[in-house]
Amino acid sequence: MEIRRYTFIALIIIVLIGVVVVVGKSEVSPGVIIVSMIATTIAVATPLTLGALTGVFCERAGVVNIGIEGMMLASAFFGWFGAIYMNTILKMGAFPSLIIGVIIAVITGGLLGLLHAVLSVTFKVDQIIGGTVINLLAVGISGFLNRQLFFEKGSIFGGQVPHAPGVLPRLHIPLLGDIPVVGTVFEQQPITIAAILLVIITHYVLFYTRWGLRTRAVGEHPRAADTVGINVYRMRYLNVIIGGLIAGLAGAYFTLESVPSFEPLMTNGRGFIALAAMIFGNWSPFGSWAAALVFGAASALQINLQFFRELIPPQWAFFQSSAVVGMVPYILTMLIMTGIIGKTRAPAADGIPYEK
Amino acid sequence: MTTILELKGITKQFPGVLANDHVDFDLKKGEIHALLGENGAGKTTLMNILYGLYKPDSGELYRDGKEVSLNSPKDAIAIGIGMVHQHFMLIPVFTVTENIMLGEEKLKNAVLDRNGVSAKVGELSQKYGLEIDPESFVEDIPVGVQQRVEIVKTLYRKAEILILDEPTAVLTPQEVEDLFRIMRELTSQGVSIIFITHKLKEVLKIADRITVMRAGKVVGTAIPSETDESHLAAMMVGREVILNVEKEPAQPKEDVLQVIDLKVNDLRGLEAVRGVTFSVRAGEILGIAGVQGNGQTELVEALTGLRQSTGGKVVLQGKDMTNNPPRPIIENGLSHIPEDRQRHGLVLAYPVADNLVLCNYYLPPFGVNFVMQNKAIDENARKLVKDFDIRTPSPFVPTSNLSGGNQQKVIVARELSRPVQLLIANQPTRGLDVGSIEYIHRQIVNMRGKGVAVLLVSAELDEIMSLADRIAVMYQGKIVDIVDTQKTTKSELGLKMAGAQAQA
Repeated sequence: MEIRRYTFIALIIIVLIGVVVVVGKSEVSPGVIIVSMIATTIAVATPLTLGALTGVFCERAGVVNIGIEGMMLASAFFGWFGAIYMNTILKMGAFPSLIIGVIIAVITGGLLGLLHAVLSVTFKVDQIIGGTVINLLAVGISGFLNRQLFFEKGSIFGGQVPHAPGVLPRLHIPLLGDIPVVGTVFEQQPITIAAILLVIITHYVLFYTRWGLRTRAVGEHPRAADTVGINVYRMRYLNVIIGGLIAGLAGAYFTLESVPSFEPLMTNGRGFIALAAMIFGNWSPFGSWAAALVFGAASALQINLQFFRELIPPQWAFFQSSAVVGMVPYILTMLIMTGIIGKTRAPAADGIPYEK
Repeated sequence: MTTILELKGITKQFPGVLANDHVDFDLKKGEIHALLGENGAGKTTLMNILYGLYKPDSGELYRDGKEVSLNSPKDAIAIGIGMVHQHFMLIPVFTVTENIMLGEEKLKNAVLDRNGVSAKVGELSQKYGLEIDPESFVEDIPVGVQQRVEIVKTLYRKAEILILDEPTAVLTPQEVEDLFRIMRELTSQGVSIIFITHKLKEVLKIADRITVMRAGKVVGTAIPSETDESHLAAMMVGREVILNVEKEPAQPKEDVLQVIDLKVNDLRGLEAVRGVTFSVRAGEILGIAGVQGNGQTELVEALTGLRQSTGGKVVLQGKDMTNNPPRPIIENGLSHIPEDRQRHGLVLAYPVADNLVLCNYYLPPFGVNFVMQNKAIDENARKLVKDFDIRTPSPFVPTSNLSGGNQQKVIVARELSRPVQLLIANQPTRGLDVGSIEYIHRQIVNMRGKGVAVLLVSAELDEIMSLADRIAVMYQGKIVDIVDTQKTTKSELGLKMAGAQAQA
C-alpha cells in the first residue's frame, strides 16, 4: 500500500521533470535541467512541507487545523516586519536582522497555534470555524498593518517601504555540496534544510518517543488516554502550539528566504495545499514530505518552463501561457484528493473536541 | 480471607438522580464479588468512584484498612485497582504492546522500549494463562482477545483488584467460558475481582458472593449456593419476574417468508451467506442460532433490503422481493428490529415522536400531500408511549436521552404497531436489563399469537431456546440444520454452532 503511494509520487515527479527536459534539451543538457529541477522542487516545497508537518502535529493529536494558511501569512508579515525594523530603525546588520525576523515569525505562528488551541480545546469551538477565524484574522491584520506601517504618511518608515535586508543566504554543505553538477541540489537555504531535518525529527518523535505515543493516543481515542492518566487537554494544547511554531517557520520562508518583500495574500493557498499534502501523505511526516515534493515539482515546472518559453513547440503553444502552467499544482491537488491513490486514514478522534 | 477493600456509606448525587445512596461494599482477597443490578441501578457510578473518575459526595473508602481518597484514575492505579471498561479503552491502530504501555511507558535511551514491554507482556500472559500476541494490532484481534489485552493492561500496572464492567456483554458463549477460566486463574493467584453484570446465570456460575443494587441502594447480599435466578431477579427488579416465557403451542399456517438458496456477500466482498433455504410460517417463531459473524447479519440485511444478494430468491407473501429496496418490502408486511438499535434502528437526534413514524411518515394520517401532519404524529406518539410503556419525560425529547431499554421499546412500538405479517428481530434484547427483556419477549410471543411469522436471530442460546418453535443453526454462512425446539438440547445446538456436524 505504502509502496504504491510512493511509487505513484515518484512517477508524477519524474513526469513533471521529464516535460521540462523534453522542452529544454535542445539548449541545455538534460543533466543540468534535472539537477536544477530537483533543487527548485526541494526549495519551493519548503512551505508545503512545513505546513504539512503543522497539520501532522495538530491532527495526530486530534485537532483539525485549517488555519495553517493564516498562520503562515501572519508569520510571513510579522517576520518580515521584524527584520526590517531591526535593519532600518535599529540599524542592525542584515543577517542578524533576518535571524530575529525568523524568530518573530516562529513566535507569531506559536501564538496563533495557542489561539487555535484555546478555541478548539478549551472552548470546543467547531475546529473548522476556529481555523477559518485564524485565516480571516491573518488576512485582515497583515493587510491592514502592511498599509498602515509602510504606506501611510507619518508611519515609522516614513510612508515608503524601506530597503529590505535581503534573504537568508544559501548554505554550503561540505562533501555533498562539493560533488560536481549534483552538488547544487544540496546548496539550499537554511529554512529549506530545517524543513527536511524537521521531517526526520517529527517521524522520530511521533513513532519512537513517549511524547509521540501519547500524542497519537489522544488523537485516536482520547478517553482511553484519559483512563491511563494522560492529560488530554495538555497534550492537545502543546501539539497545536508546536504545529503553530512550525507554521511560523513556513511563514518566514515567504518573506525572509524566498523573496525579500511582503505582498498581501502572498501565501496564495499554500496552507491548504499543505493540508492536501498531509492527507495524501496519510498523516505521516515522510508521506507528507513526498506529497509536498509533488506540488513542489509542479511549481518547479512552472518556474523552469518560463526559461524555455520560446522552445515550446507551436502546437503546444497554450503551455506558453503562465496561467495554464500555473494551474498544474492546483489541478494536481484536486486529482490527488479524489483518492485515486487508495485510501488514507485520519486519526479516529480528529476534529472531535474531548468532553471529560 | 482478609478484607482488602471497603466502601462505606458512599453517596453520589447527579442532577435529578441519586445514583448512589449510602452504599456499603467490601471485597476480600482472592474472591469474585459480583455486583448485580439493572441498567441505571448505580453499579457503574459506584465503580467510577472506586476508579477515581467521580468524587463521592460523602462516604469513605478503605484499602487494607487505611482510608484513601481518590482524585483521578492515577490514584486508583497507584493503590492497585484496575478497571476493564465495558467499552474497551484500546486504540485500534496501536499494537497490543503499545496499548499496554501507554501512560506507563518504559524507555531505553529516551526511546520507547517496545521489546522490553513486549517481553513483560509475554511473561504476564503466560503467568495468568492469558494468550495474547504482543505484536499484533488491536484492530486485527477478536473482541475476546481485546478483553484479555485490557486485563493484562491492568496487571502490567500491578493491579490486585480488578473491576470488570459488564465483561460478557460483547462475548460469544465460548469466549465467556474462556473469560471465566481466566477469572478463576487470576483469583487463584491472589487477584480479587469485582464483576459487574445484570446476567443472572453468569453470576450464579462464577461469583463467590453477590451484592444486588437497585435504584442506587444495596438491596442485599447473597451466596450463589443459597439463592437462585428468580430470587435474584426479584431483588434486582423489585417485583416477581417471569423468567421463562409462557406460550401456547404453535399453530403454524401458510408460509409467509420463503428463502431459496440465498447468497450474500459481506462488506469485503466475501461470500458470507452461502446458499441458505428456509421458510417461516404464519404463527411460528423460527430462531436462527449461531456464533456471531457466521452470516446472520448479512442474511438479515438481505431479507430487509439493506444489502443486495448475489444469488437466490426471497419470497414474501407470495411476491418475489429479491433485491427490492426496503420500502416495498416494508409495505409488503415486514417489520424489522435491527441488530444495532442506535445506528440502524433510530435517528437518535430526532424526538421520540418522529422516530415512531420513521416507516410510515409519508402515508396518511401522518403525511398528506407532502405536508407532515404534526397533530396525528403527536397523537400517535402519546398513544404508543402509553401502550408500550416507554419511559420518557415527553414524546418530544431527543431519543438519545432515553436509556437503552427504552430506546429499544421505541423501535418495538414503531415496528409492532403497524399491521405486519413478518417480524424479523435481530438481537432484540442485547444489552437490556431483565425487566426490558421480559417485556420484549412477551411482545414477540404476542405477535406470534396474532398469526405473524417471526424470524428471531440471537447470539443468546437461552433466548432462542425459550422463544423459538424451530431453530435453524447457522455456521459459516450455511444452515447446518433446522430442528424442533422440543426435540433438541442446548449442548446439541452448541455442538452444531461450533460446526461439529457439517451436513444437514
